[in-house]
Amino acid sequence: MSQHSPGGIMIVLGTFIVAFMLSQTPLPIILEWWRPEFVALFVIYWMMALPQRFGVGSAWVLGLMLDVIKGSVLGINALALTVIAFSTLLMHKKMRMYPLWQQAIVVFFLIVLNQFIFYWFQAIAGTIAGDFTFLIPAFVSALIWPWVFVVLRSIRRTFKIS
Amino acid sequence: MKPIFRGGLPRLSFLLLVILALGLLVSDYRGDSVRPVRSALSVLLTPIQWLVDIPTNIADDISMVLLERTVLIKDNNQLRSTSIILERKVQQMIVLRAENVRLRELLNASEKIDDKVLLTELIGVNPDPFQHQVILDKGSEDGVFVGQPVLDAGGIMGQVVEVSLYTNRTMLVTDGRHAIPVEVVRNGMRAIALGNGSHGELDVTHVPDNADIREGDVLVTSALGGRFPYGYPLAKVVYVQRDPSRKFMLVRAVPLARLNNSRYVLMVGEKPQQKNTDKASLQSPGALGEGL
Repeated sequence: MSQHSPGGIMIVLGTFIVAFMLSQTPLPIILEWWRPEFVALFVIYWMMALPQRFGVGSAWVLGLMLDVIKGSVLGINALALTVIAFSTLLMHKKMRMYPLWQQAIVVFFLIVLNQFIFYWFQAIAGTIAGDFTFLIPAFVSALIWPWVFVVLRSIRRTFKIS
Repeated sequence: MKPIFRGGLPRLSFLLLVILALGLLVSDYRGDSVRPVRSALSVLLTPIQWLVDIPTNIADDISMVLLERTVLIKDNNQLRSTSIILERKVQQMIVLRAENVRLRELLNASEKIDDKVLLTELIGVNPDPFQHQVILDKGSEDGVFVGQPVLDAGGIMGQVVEVSLYTNRTMLVTDGRHAIPVEVVRNGMRAIALGNGSHGELDVTHVPDNADIREGDVLVTSALGGRFPYGYPLAKVVYVQRDPSRKFMLVRAVPLARLNNSRYVLMVGEKPQQKNTDKASLQSPGALGEGL
């Protein structure tokens, strides 16, 4: 495999388009808090697997796109994903060694961080219900992490992205 | 997705990006300065919006194909009977409208009764539970403007908060940041209905303790804010509590529009162009009198 194949970038981008779609598909109202933070999960995976290619800058750009797609305040997702990407980068070597369930715990805390960034901003903007439902996505994301990990790893291996 | 930052820990770039994101956040929250950036980006990302809609469309198409004949016949009959009922109402309407126009002429009022209507399709729902927003498939190309009222067969749904070339974002009346001036149909009492962030519920605030409002009252738009046209139904009062220890009554209402399952919605009104005329009328006192 040559150093950096341009195809690899397209595949990674493709996974993120899928992540955007997953984060946009309509859910019934009862389930609206139960949606995993797919884009954040994908950022964590690619950050962990390819830190030499996927940087905090990429996370920032993706966050900005997500802001526009979700229609949230410009910069909030960029901020959250940058923080997540950087935290992942700090411990990506350790995380690679962990078994999946332990990774899931780390992922849980990373998404909690993400949700808190949102919650704080909503609190500043003054549109918030004051309970802990906003932490549900962190649980769901942690639960779904092993599957995300396995799927993305098989994609990475199939297309030999390195 | 080029590897912009290589080697070591990108502490500096992390810091810069965080500051940049915070800067964007504050300027977007505080004002309109980054709105062009957002609308440019959202034009670029419109294809993704369409991609997202594909699964729903396919599911719709499949269920169309698989519909049973008996169901179709039943639907058809039902639609025919409602159409007859509506036609009867329209017949009455013609007379009433003519009469109304005559009366308004007598009163020298220049208000239009017919509003310009644009049929739109809902193509997405904002998945963020903090925000009650939907995405509709008409944009500035079709003459949609920020603040345009959106309604469905039941009543007012919300208003446009963001327009890009081919799509727009509509805030529903139940969003925590939405407020709409209303009046009670029965007696014309004015009030303001606020979204409270939970689905299917509105708070009617600052209703004095002795006001005449009951469960079952229908609230219609009062057009006082100058944004919604007069007389469209908004909600039905379902809960009234008089509590002597509070200054105001506790009034809850349920929106009449089917906020969660309307696929086709209407956008009414024309883009207001009063900015220039306002200035003109302010400059010449004669015109001001006419304007009032």
